[in-house]
Amino acid sequence: MGENIFVGIATWLRGLLSGAGVPDMWNDTILLVVKLVAILLFILVNALWLVYMERRVCAFMQSRLGPIHVGPKGLFQTAADIGKLLGKEIILPKGADLLVFLLMPVVIFIPPLLIFGVLPFGKNMVAIDMNIGVFYLLAIASLSTIIFWAAGWASNNKYSLVGGMRSVAQMVSYELPLILALLGVIMITGTLNLNTIVDSQKSIWFVFTQPIAFLVYLIAGMAETNRTPFCLVEGESEIIAGPYTEYSGMGFAMFFLAEYANVMIISAMCTVMFLGGWLAPFGLDFIPSWLWFFLKMYLMIFVFMWVRWTYPRIRVDQLMGFGWKVLVPLALANIFVTGVGMYIFRAIGWWS
Amino acid sequence: MKTETYTLNLGPQHPSTHGVFRIILELDGETVVKATPVPGYLHRGIEKLAEARTYTQVIPYTDRMDYMAAMLMNWGYVAAVEKLMDIEVPERAEYVRVIVGELSRIASHMIATGAYGGDIGALTAFTYTFRDREYVLDLLEMVSGSRMTFSYFRIGGVAADLPEEFFPAVRKFLGELPAMCDEYDGLITGNEIFQARTKQVGIITPEMGINYSLSGPTLRGSGVNYDLRKVRPYGIYDRFDFDVPLGQNGDCFDRFRIRIDEMRQCKRIIEQALDQIPEGPIMAKVPKVIKPPVGDAYAEVESSKGVYGCYVVSDGSPKPYRVHFRRPSYINLGYLGKLCEGWKIADVIAILGSIDIVLGEVDC
Repeated sequence: MGENIFVGIATWLRGLLSGAGVPDMWNDTILLVVKLVAILLFILVNALWLVYMERRVCAFMQSRLGPIHVGPKGLFQTAADIGKLLGKEIILPKGADLLVFLLMPVVIFIPPLLIFGVLPFGKNMVAIDMNIGVFYLLAIASLSTIIFWAAGWASNNKYSLVGGMRSVAQMVSYELPLILALLGVIMITGTLNLNTIVDSQKSIWFVFTQPIAFLVYLIAGMAETNRTPFCLVEGESEIIAGPYTEYSGMGFAMFFLAEYANVMIISAMCTVMFLGGWLAPFGLDFIPSWLWFFLKMYLMIFVFMWVRWTYPRIRVDQLMGFGWKVLVPLALANIFVTGVGMYIFRAIGWWS
Repeated sequence: MKTETYTLNLGPQHPSTHGVFRIILELDGETVVKATPVPGYLHRGIEKLAEARTYTQVIPYTDRMDYMAAMLMNWGYVAAVEKLMDIEVPERAEYVRVIVGELSRIASHMIATGAYGGDIGALTAFTYTFRDREYVLDLLEMVSGSRMTFSYFRIGGVAADLPEEFFPAVRKFLGELPAMCDEYDGLITGNEIFQARTKQVGIITPEMGINYSLSGPTLRGSGVNYDLRKVRPYGIYDRFDFDVPLGQNGDCFDRFRIRIDEMRQCKRIIEQALDQIPEGPIMAKVPKVIKPPVGDAYAEVESSKGVYGCYVVSDGSPKPYRVHFRRPSYINLGYLGKLCEGWKIADVIAILGSIDIVLGEVDC
């Protein structure tokens, strides 16, 4: 019953609109807008939920309770926090580039939204089915770095500036292994379409055929989302809060929520590329495909949180060294091995 | 390409300067060219205040110096006044002092360990050590009625005898202490990233350590075997069998690790003290109004941060003419500026954390 719930809603809406005599072109547009609004709502609500989840997981790791008072089991704590932050004054630092300063917390949500448009959440559940999905995804994902950097620059604060610079340096060093890690998967599937990549994992997930790529992706993904052990951009014990230092009230909250949206993206990408996306393992088809997708995504998010609350922070020069001297060669070696393996498999006829 | 250095004002409001401490950093990118520590934001003039108080009334002020190990701060002051007045402290009181003093040292080292984890970025370490520190605070509350600023020591003894329920409780805590230390070792010390961050960072050579008059774990991390409890035993420390943990490289990692090892040694000392503690009075015969003879005295104890000394000058009146404290945190900071040069911003935090300062003591 659950399998087609979202697809069913879309079909019903389409039928309703054509029944009312709406032309096909408008019908498609309206449907697309509805899908995108649904995704936006989903990102925001899920970011709220993830903040709560992070606090609970962190409390669990630190032998504390975490938020328990607001709402059932403290579920509304984040909503209450956001409400409080909305009421706060937005402090404008002296000498700040006001236009950029105020714009950045607004545009920070654009990259996550653009990315979620192409992610396949379930069978036939993708807002825009793009045949260069992976390429598009990687291109958009690195956009948020510019926003962090601009926010850091506009704040007219040295801590923010150092944080912004770190953000750029980190992106340059870690985007490369991230992409190289995904190349292994793309070589095997021969496509950039996310749906096809998921489909080609029917027999075996790529986490098993591409374990090194998975590992490199996981580490580079942590660096991409600026989370411990790579949380140098924020680095609260060194540079206070990095680019967010001067932001107060909702401006800060937007950055805070965007971090979780980014975590969601990296986890969702990991699910699609390595964990079989919405495919059900062990033939457990009675659980709807979108539920599988979210289960896998939340598993990855939990791993991210687990690491965050266990490891200390790496130093900036060590970060670069690790990225260029370990991850990039490892990812390149993985591509080489994958390529050689493909040729051998083809030669002996195991590969069609 | 032409580059310029810039100045970054680290503190006094900063999450990891352990209070209101300020370092003016001159930076070339992320590398420190020059570091100038600026203490003094928490100066309350304790030494001057003491001149307007009677000898007993000064004791609560000493609590407010190193509030992480307030018992040890009490100890240095009362030891100086006792030396001035030639007071013989009763046996039992000496043992009680050792027990509460070492418990205080454990509490202080727990904070140092956890806060250092937080400085490096592992915030979970912080909650683990604070969870365990609660046990120590409960024990000390049982003894003194207070959790942070005890004012438990008196000139000539201690304020109250150890309560009956203290003994099983402290033995239970000591039984669990090794497991706690193992947990810190597992969570922090053994971590690959933690070691990468702290090993070979901020190296203090033994010569420089001695030249800059460093003391405590900061000096012993460089391998200098200087612990007052062993070198010049005060009180009854010559009766206990314990080791002094030493580092080899003098880096942040050694200074950090020594504190965990010292907690294990504290356990040995307290256990021996609990076994040996005799019955008897806890206060010497001390006049109601303390009027030391004209003269001066200097006494030092090994506090959790280093050698804590107290110099008291008496003019024969009920109030001290002059009190001066040798605060180990402050003196250990003297080398910070030189030590930070050439390291990254993150290392400044790591080095500062490894020295383990308490601002109440630095600024006094």
